[in-house]
Amino acid sequence: MADDPTPVLAPSPASAPTRFVTPTIDPDVLESWTSYVQRFENDEAFIQGQIEQSVMVTTFDRLIKMVDGVYNWGRRSSIWPLQFGLACCAIEMISTAASRFDIDRFGAGLFRPSPRQADLMIVSGTVTKKMVPQIVRLWNQMPEPRYCLSMGACATGGGPFKEGYNVVSGIDQFIPVDIYVPGCPPTPQALLHGLIALQRKIDGQSIKNVSWYGRDPLPEVPVPVLGPDLVDLRQLPDIQARAAELGALSPEELAAMQAGAGGAAAGTEGGISAVMAERLAIWRERVASKG
Amino acid sequence: MTKQTDVVAAPAPADVVAAVHKQLGERVTVDDGGALVVGPSNLIDVVRALRDDHGLDYLANLTAVDWLDRFEVVYHLCSSAGGAPIVLKTTTDRANPRVPSLFGIYPGADFQEREVYDMFGIRFAGHPNLKRILMWEGFAGWPLRKDWREAYFEQEHKPLTSRWPDGQFFFGEDKLTDWGSNTKLPPAYTGAEIGRPKPQEGQYVVDIDALRRGTSFGSDRLVVNMGPQHPSTHGVFQMRLVLDGETVVDLEPVMGYMHRNHEKIGERNLWLGNMPFTDRLDYIAQLGSEWGYALCVERMMGLEVPERAEYIRVIMAELNRIQSHFWSIGFLLNDLGAFFTPSLYAIEEREIVLDLFEMATGSRLMCNYMRFGGVAYDLPDAFMPLVNVLVNERMERAIDEIDAYLTNNEIVMERMKGVGVLTPELAIAYSTSGPVLRGSGVAYDVRRADPYGIYDRFDWNVVTANEGDVYARYAVRIGEMRESLKILRQALPQMPAGEILGGKKAWQVRVPAGEHYARVENPRGELGYYCVSDGKANPYRYHVRSPCFVNLTSLAEMCKGYKVADVVAILGSIDIVLGEVDR
Repeated sequence: MADDPTPVLAPSPASAPTRFVTPTIDPDVLESWTSYVQRFENDEAFIQGQIEQSVMVTTFDRLIKMVDGVYNWGRRSSIWPLQFGLACCAIEMISTAASRFDIDRFGAGLFRPSPRQADLMIVSGTVTKKMVPQIVRLWNQMPEPRYCLSMGACATGGGPFKEGYNVVSGIDQFIPVDIYVPGCPPTPQALLHGLIALQRKIDGQSIKNVSWYGRDPLPEVPVPVLGPDLVDLRQLPDIQARAAELGALSPEELAAMQAGAGGAAAGTEGGISAVMAERLAIWRERVASKG
Repeated sequence: MTKQTDVVAAPAPADVVAAVHKQLGERVTVDDGGALVVGPSNLIDVVRALRDDHGLDYLANLTAVDWLDRFEVVYHLCSSAGGAPIVLKTTTDRANPRVPSLFGIYPGADFQEREVYDMFGIRFAGHPNLKRILMWEGFAGWPLRKDWREAYFEQEHKPLTSRWPDGQFFFGEDKLTDWGSNTKLPPAYTGAEIGRPKPQEGQYVVDIDALRRGTSFGSDRLVVNMGPQHPSTHGVFQMRLVLDGETVVDLEPVMGYMHRNHEKIGERNLWLGNMPFTDRLDYIAQLGSEWGYALCVERMMGLEVPERAEYIRVIMAELNRIQSHFWSIGFLLNDLGAFFTPSLYAIEEREIVLDLFEMATGSRLMCNYMRFGGVAYDLPDAFMPLVNVLVNERMERAIDEIDAYLTNNEIVMERMKGVGVLTPELAIAYSTSGPVLRGSGVAYDVRRADPYGIYDRFDWNVVTANEGDVYARYAVRIGEMRESLKILRQALPQMPAGEILGGKKAWQVRVPAGEHYARVENPRGELGYYCVSDGKANPYRYHVRSPCFVNLTSLAEMCKGYKVADVVAILGSIDIVLGEVDR
């Protein structure tokens, strides 16, 4: 009870004799002191509050915060982008890297040609169906922690070419995107703004809960396949279920396929996802109306 | 080493058509538009006669039109001495489309025929390597056929029908595409082939035994894939190299990684709606691309362009040419291994040019500035003083600087001289254009050969170099920047006041039925637009003859026998822009 701020014992003068003296205690002080002690026995909320204030817990949090600060400062000040240009936006990306806009001021000037050495993938341009397997593969090859910046209208949602038969409407259908930069193409200033936004995002991360220090390796994005059109492997069970509906697959074949590579590659849990079931229903309706 | 020559004028197309008609008689007919029409069975004979007897040694453009009852394959032939192109057409039925290949007469037809096959499914008999070029093998459908529709967009034309047909708002993608994305799988697709080895069709077939035979040190030949993610391929471009040690035995360019359906979208857009898309073709030389399209439609509509607008166009296009050549020289040095420092110096002036573009048009890159009959906005007051300083003082110094550091640099000469040689005959046969053709000593520049705009008013020369190697193409670019500067110095003081847009501003133009092939000299070569109108609000056929795409036909020829490191330099000297290669 050394924490109690109220003085309990009267100070003994330096010249006092050494024999034991019974101290006199003010009854009011004794009363407050007794009730203070009793709170530790009865009042749980008070105890919890005292524990949360206790030195050990706050020190650990502050330690993590300090480590986070240094760790995040290091990461956000040396983001190495992948040297990877897709289309028109890549030209503005190069301009950003050149002397006038000088992306190196923000520590992101070292463009690495290899995904193994890169932290940031700037998807700078139209994502086409023919290219998207390679982009996903590059993304899978990048080590964690990794970030994706979708530069421009095309990478974000297909842009002016959205309707095209060879255009994917946005890279976020396959890769998790951290920052979207609008524009067609975004000016170098806009790209720098996106980079600063990414740095703020990194500042907000903590090593306590980032995904890449987990026990298991992170799942890879399944690389889409170029068939008669782009085939997203995550949709394969639904595609096969539809083929079975049409009679192109027997139930046994379907079961074998779902159990095989197709089922394993897909992220869906048994049967058809709700969205796909809805689409399937509309599609059946359409087939029926066509006779 | 560069020489400056003038081009002699060639005979008018009408005279040639008359002479051909006289020589070949029954086998060719002349249609209303002055085009020669020939049946597929006579095509080879007629084309050979045109090339050998009438001097039409240059295949400018090759494309097709789907008329729903037949396919029409259209060839634009011209002479490397200059002159307007002659149109040759042949038709084939839609059920079993088949036309003889011109590969044996014009090797430059190689990629263009493959593109027509890819987009229309027309088979070219006798083509040695007929497979898809922009899409992948196995893609279902022939996209540019008129009865083929994409997943997101099933209407034939824009403007769209109302998005509120029942007082209800919807987006295109919610309208049901089967799998919630922009894909269109066949109904009973099972995905059964996934995970199995791919069929060999469309792949580079490697015969190991054949590879082992005839190698110099008893070593195996290797097939190396360069790209599409590679720092020196200028974008998403792939090359399959067959190597004997370090030496290139064979090379196959693989493209289409940035094919974004320019032509299909262009055929649905309104005429004016295509203008911003042309910017995104060659995104380093945007204004030249716009000019080509504006020129094509203006000629179809018979529009006059006001004097001031013509001058503005010339100034913009030549500024564009200079900044584009700066860019390509900087990145050629990048490819040679001088990473980024020469580029930084080279693109210093480019930023100033882009600032001028932003001032005049509102955007650094995607200007959307030209209109049918003129330009969109007049130049702002602050433009002229700045451009005068740039043209009269800064630009000259910048070119001199690049010239002084690079042209006689020992390492640069060692890496570029004698590498990637293309003879003039082959350069013409492969239909190359721009600095690649002029670097081989052929003085062919569309501004002089088939004049457009007001280039005939200025005193300038066509720059050529005779060696045909990487260094010659570099030297041509340096020379062309100086010639562009010369044109700018004449054009700026002469600039008249007055209107900038003939006629009245209109959202929608009416283009009379007909067809036209217009071409301009873009920094990378002859950029052509072939438009067919049926009198409706949209182009019936909209084709872009891309200089980079056609120039790549000669890449394999240039690279054979050189080392892998030279391939990078040769590709850099062609200076491809993937937006234009893949469209």
